[in-house]
Amino acid sequence: MKQLLEGSLAVAEAVRLCLPQVVAAYPITPQTHIIERLAQHVANGELEAEFINAESEFGAASIVLGAVAAGARSFTATASQGLLLMTEVLYNIAGLRLPVVMICANRAVGAPINIFSDHQDSMSVRDAGWVQLYVETNQEAVDTLIQAYRIAEACGLPVMVCMDGFLLTHTFEPVDLPTQAMVDGFLPPFQFSRTLDPVRPMTLGGASEADNFQEYRAAQQAAMEDAMPVIEAFDAEFNEQFGREHGGLLQPCHLDGAETVLLGMGSLMGVVRDVVDKLRDQGQAVGALRLRCFRPFPAQALARYLASAKRIIVLEKAISIGAGGIVAAELRAALHQAGITTPVESVIGGLGGRDLTPDVIEALFQKSSENEAGATFRFAPDHKSLTRQNEEAMNNG
Amino acid sequence: MDNRDPFRYNVLTSGHRACSGCGEAMAARMVTDLVGPDAIYINATGCLQVFTSHNQQSAWQAPWIHSVFANAAAVASGVEAALRIKGKETPVVVQAGDGGTFDIGLQCLSGMIERGHDVLFVCYDNEAYMNTGVQRSGSTPHAVRTSTSPPGQFSQGKQELKKDVISIIAAHNMPYAATATIAYFPDLKAKVEKAMRIKGPRFLQILSPCPLGWAHDSALSVSVSRLAVETGLFPLVELEHGELTGVMRLAEQKPVEEYLRPQGRFKHLFANKAGGVELRHLQALADARIRRYDLLNVDTQWDTETAMQSERHGRGGYTVSSAVREVK
Repeated sequence: MKQLLEGSLAVAEAVRLCLPQVVAAYPITPQTHIIERLAQHVANGELEAEFINAESEFGAASIVLGAVAAGARSFTATASQGLLLMTEVLYNIAGLRLPVVMICANRAVGAPINIFSDHQDSMSVRDAGWVQLYVETNQEAVDTLIQAYRIAEACGLPVMVCMDGFLLTHTFEPVDLPTQAMVDGFLPPFQFSRTLDPVRPMTLGGASEADNFQEYRAAQQAAMEDAMPVIEAFDAEFNEQFGREHGGLLQPCHLDGAETVLLGMGSLMGVVRDVVDKLRDQGQAVGALRLRCFRPFPAQALARYLASAKRIIVLEKAISIGAGGIVAAELRAALHQAGITTPVESVIGGLGGRDLTPDVIEALFQKSSENEAGATFRFAPDHKSLTRQNEEAMNNG
Repeated sequence: MDNRDPFRYNVLTSGHRACSGCGEAMAARMVTDLVGPDAIYINATGCLQVFTSHNQQSAWQAPWIHSVFANAAAVASGVEAALRIKGKETPVVVQAGDGGTFDIGLQCLSGMIERGHDVLFVCYDNEAYMNTGVQRSGSTPHAVRTSTSPPGQFSQGKQELKKDVISIIAAHNMPYAATATIAYFPDLKAKVEKAMRIKGPRFLQILSPCPLGWAHDSALSVSVSRLAVETGLFPLVELEHGELTGVMRLAEQKPVEEYLRPQGRFKHLFANKAGGVELRHLQALADARIRRYDLLNVDTQWDTETAMQSERHGRGGYTVSSAVREVK
């Protein structure tokens, strides 16, 4: 049965259904509603867990690290500055191969300080060794969180579910919450083979030198590559049991015969979907491709989907300052490797919560690349100036 | 299935890579053997982690985890929370150096204590960042030469005082905090055993001489740490819920010079007049600690007879002193 739920509360219910035994967090906007609801669930006895109020995000990440190492399924959530404060621990969790699951309520990174949504925070930790899944809707956030525990525990990899701050966390949408029995049927109880236990003493996190460090990294990389079919398989299995799927690694929209394809991540793809529908109705050969799984990066699948496109646009809400678009650069490398020479237009927009309205998306589809000569990317047009232009055109007409 | 080696008797086994005379290795051996193998150990980054956990050559015969430098207390909080929800009573012990306690790890430690986690946090205090090559820490005493507090024309070593971490810890109103050192094993044993009987956050600061960083003969680690106590520079105290409940009293106060002379880290103080001023300063600091903890109070000074009557029978003259409360 569908309920109208705020994204944070919907995803908190999903967390509760996954039965974590330890929840640790430090509050940061826009993650707060998620952890407040979980604290209430623990206080009401609706979730049998230890709720730990950490002294910082660095502490929160470390607490779930310890809890998972001691054999308890755990949860944390953060955003922005908090995610960056966790950075050292994020790498460590991944290196220790601990199946931690967290939500990043995507938010801009200061300075200037800004609480609104873009992807700069999670993109900044893309090399830490975490699976990163970017969701489009609150329903997908709920479903992906449940899948995330299954992926993490099957692959021995930490998983970050990235949901746009405010655009999802504080937005009410109809959400179908599964029952406990359904979740239990999909997600087996947590069994951790390297649990800290005096009966089987193990040393976790020892020192390594040049003679084997690279092998540990190679193992992480291999685990990431092996995770790709697992992510697809679990999404398909989820579909069988729950009647919903979210594309696994990539979700195409009107790709058949599409000459112009826009690639993006997260909630902005809902707007893109509407614009594509509209332009298709007008007979334009446009399509969209949503990158759900950014880590591991599905290079071969991307090349397959984009092989016949004549024009490729990447719209992303983060910037590698001094270089440009991050997804665009990785996509260019993937296409080049596959022998595809279609140029990739890189567009950066939506930073710090700037609206990406249908006008903006339509403008991207309509105009061919406006990159200045030699520029590898451009910023998306501002929605307010576009609206003004449209109004002036109407008035003049 | 119990896979443990039935013949083991040390948590920290031999064959690790500590320097000869390492005070931290001795202290860790004492603490972990007292706590035993049926515990989970969390280690901060530092010498102890480096010399015991080389890949596939671990010296630990108990479950042991190292994450990063600053977060040992938070990792322990998570381990303890997991055990609590699972209904297990396995003790949780953190081991950290003075960097991981006084400085980079202080925030996580404060959080762990404030939240009341049932964890014993042990600080092996060797008074500098020894693992990275003897740089100054918040624990380094005044006037000590380190690689980042070098004496020179305008300096007599570290300009600031040693951070009074035991008071900071005790101010959390926690069940038990104490100082100890490797020279007084019966005292250290009593404190570890007492700590293990208490629920909640507990803290031990164990002075652990470092022959490399302190530049003393590696055969002198134990005697140097004894002199730190006998001069009054490192008082052995116990605090419960913020109140001082025990001190090891001194039969006599030895001059600080006896402690400073064998250590190369104080050598520059004996070279010139400016160093002489700092020697008097260090003596004054020792005197202040003697006064603060009333270490020489004749009326409350222990002798063998009173020690045997105390609740810690014959443990090296250690007294849980009701006399201290009377003095206050």
